[in-house]
Amino acid sequence: MKRVLPIIIFIGLAALLTAGLINAPRKEIIPSPLIDKPLPDFTLRRLDQPSLEVARDDLLGQPFLLNVWASWCPGCRDEHQQITTIAASGLVPVYGLNYKDQRSDAQRWLIQFGDPYALTLTDPDGQVGIDLGVYGAPETFLIDHRGIIRYKYIGPLNARDWQQEVQPLVLQLLNEARS
Amino acid sequence: MKRPIRDRWRIGLVGWLLALCCQYALAVDPLQFASEAEAQRHQQLSAELRCLVCQNQSLADSDAPLAQDLRREVLDLMRQGLNDQQIRDHLVARYSDFVLYRPPLNAATILLWFGPLLLLLLALALLYRAIRRQQQVTDGITDPDE
Repeated sequence: MKRVLPIIIFIGLAALLTAGLINAPRKEIIPSPLIDKPLPDFTLRRLDQPSLEVARDDLLGQPFLLNVWASWCPGCRDEHQQITTIAASGLVPVYGLNYKDQRSDAQRWLIQFGDPYALTLTDPDGQVGIDLGVYGAPETFLIDHRGIIRYKYIGPLNARDWQQEVQPLVLQLLNEARS
Repeated sequence: MKRPIRDRWRIGLVGWLLALCCQYALAVDPLQFASEAEAQRHQQLSAELRCLVCQNQSLADSDAPLAQDLRREVLDLMRQGLNDQQIRDHLVARYSDFVLYRPPLNAATILLWFGPLLLLLLALALLYRAIRRQQQVTDGITDPDE
């Protein structure tokens, strides 16, 4: 017993630490407490027509994706093709939230890489970003027809995660909206 | 009497360095505080809030743009009359417990809080057993002599 005990403790500790390593979420991922909470209220100017304001409630009625992006964000360029593909599929509207950006830079970025967004809102000082718990771009929120945040994807969205994780949830929300 | 030229040079250099430091301090935190007390309270609050971009730094230490935004947010909330706990709750509602350097006591963190205590108790129990055994051994040796 005396000889076996340290070995048992060692194996136990090793198993615990290994499980921690394997199961640990990516270091930079912070779980959002806003899941299943209402989309925070905001009124923001449109990127294309700064004189026009869009309020939170104007977006509701059907499920939609809210993609937080900026021209200064390399990850946003990485996911841009995927965002374009999703928007082109017509499954759900994709709205852009241009986060802490210069209007001219943002517009140039969309001209250069293409504009997949049904509508882009601007959050120049990042205030709505704080309310949304944004801590980096890109981030993508999935919001249901009643305005509840149902899912958040952090980082550049790739085809695999879209197909395996996000798209099924979008389909589910579309079903919920119909029933 | 005129100061020697070298002294004047030194004074000039010190002044220039001081000016440089001030400029740096301003560059790091452009927040304008109304009073020393406000600045101190703000410093205390942001020292126990985590910068989410650079997770090993507090809001007070970090120069990341988001940390600057959140420092400004903390000041805004202070001026709206929220107390410290309300400000912490406000940020937790957006960024989860992760934003706190002092984790709250709940089901997810109970092991974190009491794990060290459990390990200490375990170690004490083992130590006690080892001592008892040692005593029994020495008792066994000394007994026949008596």
